[in-house]
Amino acid sequence: MKTINALISASNVSVIKHHKSILKNIDIQINKNDFITIIGPNGAGKTMLLKCLMGFYEPNFGKIQKKDKLKIGYMPQSINVINTVPITVKSFITVRKKYDDVSFKQVISEVDINQLVNKQLSVLSGGEMQRVLLARSLLNNPDLLVLDEPAQNLDISGQLSFYKLIQEIYSKRNISILMVSHDLHLVMVSTKKVLCLSNHICCSGKPQQVAQDPEFISMFGKDMANMMAVYQHTNHTSQIDNQLIDGEKNN
Amino acid sequence: MEKKITDPFIIRGIIAGIAVALISGIVGCFIVWRRMSYYGESIAHSSLLGVGLGILLGTGINFGIIVVCLLFGILFLWLQQSKILSTDTLLGVLAHLALSIGIIVISLNRIKIDIHAFLFGDILTVSSNDLWMMYFGVILVIFLVCFNWSSLLLVTIDEDLARSEGINPIYVNLLLTTILTIVVAVSLQIIGLLLITAMLIIPAATSRRLANSPEQMALIATFVGIFSVILGIFLSIEIDAPSGPSIVVVSATLFFLSYLFNFIIKKD
Repeated sequence: MKTINALISASNVSVIKHHKSILKNIDIQINKNDFITIIGPNGAGKTMLLKCLMGFYEPNFGKIQKKDKLKIGYMPQSINVINTVPITVKSFITVRKKYDDVSFKQVISEVDINQLVNKQLSVLSGGEMQRVLLARSLLNNPDLLVLDEPAQNLDISGQLSFYKLIQEIYSKRNISILMVSHDLHLVMVSTKKVLCLSNHICCSGKPQQVAQDPEFISMFGKDMANMMAVYQHTNHTSQIDNQLIDGEKNN
Repeated sequence: MEKKITDPFIIRGIIAGIAVALISGIVGCFIVWRRMSYYGESIAHSSLLGVGLGILLGTGINFGIIVVCLLFGILFLWLQQSKILSTDTLLGVLAHLALSIGIIVISLNRIKIDIHAFLFGDILTVSSNDLWMMYFGVILVIFLVCFNWSSLLLVTIDEDLARSEGINPIYVNLLLTTILTIVVAVSLQIIGLLLITAMLIIPAATSRRLANSPEQMALIATFVGIFSVILGIFLSIEIDAPSGPSIVVVSATLFFLSYLFNFIIKKD
């Protein structure tokens, strides 16, 4: 068996469920220090692709190879049971994890939830919950962070600060990130590669390239493409706020 | 005939009741957390078929219950995976089918058992041999739960999160089904199959408001269960009622008191 350099490498992956093709001939490689954002309409198979790549779901065809001892941190969209279980933030973050106090403290200050550790999980706001989920996914020092629409339930300022946090984690920790997100215009600055999915890979590449791709434009419309064009000129995350307002005015 | 609490059968009944409380509190927490009370109810209903078959085939009641309930659980988990029907509908069909087949098997073969005792519990049926079996079941359940506590908890919180950390939720669900099956077998004589779910739900729900951690909730539920069982058995002797309903009435009273208590505290 040959060893692979990529963290995860999928070739020709197809998933068929109830006679419907969910994923079709997907090829994707996640390398060290990658920041890949998957976009696509509802039902495009984005979450299924994540599940296949992480090994939750066995694809019908194709092959997925993972690097030996790859540590994946996974942050789900949301978690199902929170109100029925009395559990503190600290217990939730550390349940079934091997950790030491130093790395725990480091993670909670990294995502800025020092004030929350002794609170009950059931009283957290949407934004706080996302940070707690992120903290849990970071506790094992993962090589790859997988995020499934992490800012879906947040308001616009919540989204901005969350993506800024992801950007900080990405550059500080030197890890790879694989993210499903609809908020492409907000993650433009950080993301290195965009993968546009609609059961098959429509187009992929640098954000600027993807924005000009006819398939992308037909799927998301000219406005989205223009909006992305605005962002590619900026390199400073702090300017996102102003840029966004300009972008909206331009529409 | 006057019954005294020092009568051996009453002492046996109380010891058996404590066995039930020792596991129904902990396991009940998982039922409450995962909102699967209907599943617990269905497993309990299917146990009557186990009772009938156990007597008919001469394998003993406990063996019959374990085998039938486990098969029922596996059949359900398998059908649930296929997603043909909603969980709710599927359980509604299977649970009542199993209960009905159980009653038919028992009546067709003219098996001489007191169905009433199996439905509502009867402490008079507990022999010292039964006690040994019950405590064997208790130790097994406590061992299984404690050994798998964090996996059970994580799957309860979120199945995908558990999957991402290498837990297969199917195994955990099978484990929980096995545990539930043992709880049903242990509780049947004291609580009765119609009320087993109540013993799972009510003490756990009572402790929800009082607890700050999952472990605390399980512990408080256990104490609430033990208290209800002892008081309930005394009540049943006093008013000459079946033990199961008496225990449930006591624990439900505690449940309402805990909410009242909580309400008053929050007001201050």
